Amino acid sequence: MQATDTTKQLPQVTEPRNPGQELDMDWVMSARANSSAIERRCATLPGRRSVKKEYQAAWLCRAISCIDLTTLAGDDTAGRVARLAAKARQPVRADILESLGMQGLTVGAVCVYHDMIAPARDALAGSGIPVAAVSTGFPAGLSPFHLRVAEIEESVKAGADEIDIVISRRHVLTGNWQALYDEMRAFRAACGAAHVKAILATGELGSLRNVARASLVCMMAGADFIKTSTGKESVNATLPVSLVMLRAIREYHDKTGYRVGYKPAGGISKAKDALVYLSLMKEELGDRWLLPDLFRFGASSLLGDIERQLEHHVTGAYSAKWRHAMG
Amino acid sequence: MTVKEIFDSMDYGPAPESAAEALAWLVDQGDRFGHFIDGAFTDPGDGFDSRNPATGEVLATLTQATQADVDAAVAAARRAQPKWARLNGHGRARHLYALARMIQKHARLFAVLETLDNGKPIREARDIDVPLVHRHFYHHAGLAQLMDSELPGLAPHGVCGQVIPWNFPLLMLAWKVAPALAAGNTVVLKPAEYTSLTALLFADICRRAGLPKGVVNIVTGDGMAGEMVVAHKGMDKVAFTGSTDVGRAIRRATAGHGKALTLELGGKSAYIVFDDADLDSAVEGLVDAIWFNGGQVCCAGSRLIVQEGIAEEFHRRLRTRMENLRIGDPMDKCIDVGAIVDQAQRDRIAQMVAGCTTGHVHQVTAQLPAQGCFYPPTLITGLQPSDPLMQEEIFGPVLVSTTFRTPAEAVELANDTRYGLAASVWSENLNLALDVAPKLVAGVIWVNATNLFDAAAPFGGMRESGFGREGGWEGLRAYLRAEGKPKPLARIDPFEGDGDAPEGLDRTAKLYIGGKQARPDGGYTRTVFGKSGKPVGEAPIANRKDIRNAVEAATGAAASWGKTTGHARAQILYYIAENLEARADEFAARIDAMTGGRKGKNEVQASISRLFTWAAWVDKFDGRVKGVPLRGVAMAMRAPVGVIGALCPDEAPLLGLISVMGPAMAMGNASVLVASEPYPLAATDFYQVLETSDVPGGVVNVLTGPHAELAPTLARHAGVDALWSFSSTDLSAQIERDSAETLKRTWVNNAHARDWMGAAGEGHAFLDAATEVKTIWVPYGE
Repeated sequence: MQATDTTKQLPQVTEPRNPGQELDMDWVMSARANSSAIERRCATLPGRRSVKKEYQAAWLCRAISCIDLTTLAGDDTAGRVARLAAKARQPVRADILESLGMQGLTVGAVCVYHDMIAPARDALAGSGIPVAAVSTGFPAGLSPFHLRVAEIEESVKAGADEIDIVISRRHVLTGNWQALYDEMRAFRAACGAAHVKAILATGELGSLRNVARASLVCMMAGADFIKTSTGKESVNATLPVSLVMLRAIREYHDKTGYRVGYKPAGGISKAKDALVYLSLMKEELGDRWLLPDLFRFGASSLLGDIERQLEHHVTGAYSAKWRHAMG
Repeated sequence: MTVKEIFDSMDYGPAPESAAEALAWLVDQGDRFGHFIDGAFTDPGDGFDSRNPATGEVLATLTQATQADVDAAVAAARRAQPKWARLNGHGRARHLYALARMIQKHARLFAVLETLDNGKPIREARDIDVPLVHRHFYHHAGLAQLMDSELPGLAPHGVCGQVIPWNFPLLMLAWKVAPALAAGNTVVLKPAEYTSLTALLFADICRRAGLPKGVVNIVTGDGMAGEMVVAHKGMDKVAFTGSTDVGRAIRRATAGHGKALTLELGGKSAYIVFDDADLDSAVEGLVDAIWFNGGQVCCAGSRLIVQEGIAEEFHRRLRTRMENLRIGDPMDKCIDVGAIVDQAQRDRIAQMVAGCTTGHVHQVTAQLPAQGCFYPPTLITGLQPSDPLMQEEIFGPVLVSTTFRTPAEAVELANDTRYGLAASVWSENLNLALDVAPKLVAGVIWVNATNLFDAAAPFGGMRESGFGREGGWEGLRAYLRAEGKPKPLARIDPFEGDGDAPEGLDRTAKLYIGGKQARPDGGYTRTVFGKSGKPVGEAPIANRKDIRNAVEAATGAAASWGKTTGHARAQILYYIAENLEARADEFAARIDAMTGGRKGKNEVQASISRLFTWAAWVDKFDGRVKGVPLRGVAMAMRAPVGVIGALCPDEAPLLGLISVMGPAMAMGNASVLVASEPYPLAATDFYQVLETSDVPGGVVNVLTGPHAELAPTLARHAGVDALWSFSSTDLSAQIERDSAETLKRTWVNNAHARDWMGAAGEGHAFLDAATEVKTIWVPYGE
């Protein structure tokens, strides 16, 4: 086992980092995922767990604290990123947060492309909010390998605290688990002290069993987080995919003692969805995984819906989009 | 708690469902209920309190039905029935559709009232029970619509007496009422005394939906009222869901009444987990198997059978999962396990677990509510089949577990039970799962799933889990009988005569057991006389030990015969016909000599045709693939019953025997046939045909002797899976009574004649009787 270190950005982080381990093919190949049973579990979960009133408000605040507020567009500029960063610092209107007693609430991180790291860092200076950068030829991950590794190194050098890498889907689809492991190992090494989130692009992996196997391989190769999607695939985060990944995380923790984080990304836009995801985390992994060092939402429009719900909680009246600041 | 505190703790907090609307409905009814008879509520009479088991508070006062109440309900149902049946399929479909819509419109009221009355989590009442209820009425509206064209020649029984349990009060009502009404029957239903409120709300809905008065009648009360309903002479059909003991008592109480009967009783359903299963999904499945409705489910997967190599890991994951179960106020939307229906039930569960001296008992550590009837989810590992808790139904949130080594051993362990209701099989290997599923003795089998239900998919048990199916075409059939008025069947006594030996060389007829000719155990023989009083031959007199030997032979043969391909079985049936025809004249003469008639030739020809019929049916009685709301299939397969005993018709010595043997053989059963009592020699000649026709030993066993003496032995023999009687001796009451202990399926003639030469001598009634419907659910998807 290599030495472990901890991230410096988030005060609540106390977890030793997952150092990874040798590729254990017996373990990888023993992974099972029965799709219909998994879908049934997910279909009934929203009906089994429900949080109301002040509990719902508190849970929604927790969801905000776990958001990776994201902009990943070709037309991103320093100005656009500054606006997003301002929203990250003050995600909810001050009077609402005051009513809730939740002053000082921020999002979990801001997530941008490499060239936006510097503007993001500037805009977030002093906030303690980490900057995450997507990397390794995001979203397809098909650029030359040495460039993908170099991109990570550049982003770390530019001050990214977290790196969201994309895996080579072809390694999964062809069953080349060793190649996936080696690639992930290299990415992790290139990240250094920055945390690495492995984006599996689950919508392109073909089966839940592949999702389970890819999750295990990436964790064995030292991923700090496993993440569903780039947000650019036609199918992004879903509850069944999440359940499979959470079960893989649980098994990895049971066997190694290391906690790996989870980030669903893409398609989560409603406050209600966020509550379901939080309850899924709580049920499958426990309360420890409800903190931002182990759980993030990759989302852009989710925050707006949560803001409206929180205002409704405070005033009793339904809110409208224009009553909340743009991010 | 402040938002900030909850933000740190991330507790769920309370999520209470409002009881206001349901309580308001009770207040509107005066909190006191009479019965619902002839379209109106009677004045409340002396009765009992209905309580909320989670709090102990009284919800309403109900009326205990008297004999006069039941009489009035039956009379109202009787008056209403002819007109209801004459409405025709479409007319009834419109009413069933209206009921479905009304239930759907008042879904939340039904769900909340159910939870208040029963203690099940509101989530289950709301998301499972009530949706299945209106789905059941919708589905049966469709069956009513199609019945006239699809089920010609069938008629409703008339008035149905139905008694239902407290675990799924409204759902069981739907399972009983919808098919009865669809088929053109009227009903008198008695809900369980603990849980009558949703039935009374349903009565209110019937009234408001404009259901003709008298079509649905509901009487309330305890077991005494239930006895009055099932034993009432005015009932044509009785249906019961509940405990095996009460089912037995009902079988005895209705014996010989001529009533059709279906029983859906207890279970100890196996939950088999192979080492290649998706273990986390299998663990999650157990939550729905044994902690659904607090384990108070007849088909609860209560017997975990897990492959030895993964048992420890599987139990570990299961215990971890158990800690996340939330137990408490069933009206909380965030609760997994609610209250046990009554203190007496809770105490019974606690007593059974306390009496378990072996294995390791694990209970969840969560705090139970201070008051109300709660019992913690429990896992008992390390038990053996010989431990009582592996065999006895607990009917609570208690899972017992044992291990197996091989697929064959898993099947053996799963079937090592008096029950046969349901089973689950978990494996990612399709070959394994689909091989094991049909081998399980159970009416419902879920592959990689558990507790899936649908109105289109037949549900019901085998062995001491009862008989009959509910749901789909198969379930509807239980509410229909053959059209027309049956003719009485007079007893046919043997001819008497004097003892001169028949002409020619002596012939010794024997019994035919296990493919061999056997002398009767008792060593007695009787002379068979013709009409003129001259001896025709001599027939052995079988006794109880011959029955024992024949059943043993049949049991040995049944397993492999059931696995023989349909094509092979057909070839053997055709070959029997071929060999019979070669001796047609001899058989015709024998029949004429015994009966004193001249139609022996016709009977032989009809027998050959009948063998062709059953050879034809062998591979054409297809199961059905059900259109269930699921990505997957639910296959209602037709499995052999096993060992069928039969008292063959007296009046048609050869044709009768073949009419009974044919469907049994064709559908893969072994049979023990007691030949025509007055005319036994066609049967003893016939075994020579069997001997020359490649019939494997034990598949058909032929005995001769007095029906009245042999019937009780067959009826009480635990190894006989079904018993048919077409004897002209009226043994119906005795057979039904004697079969109660083992709850075997019976098919008796109630002293009614059957036209063996005509269409009534073959067809669907025989196919149904010779098969068990086994519904195998196979969800799929990668």
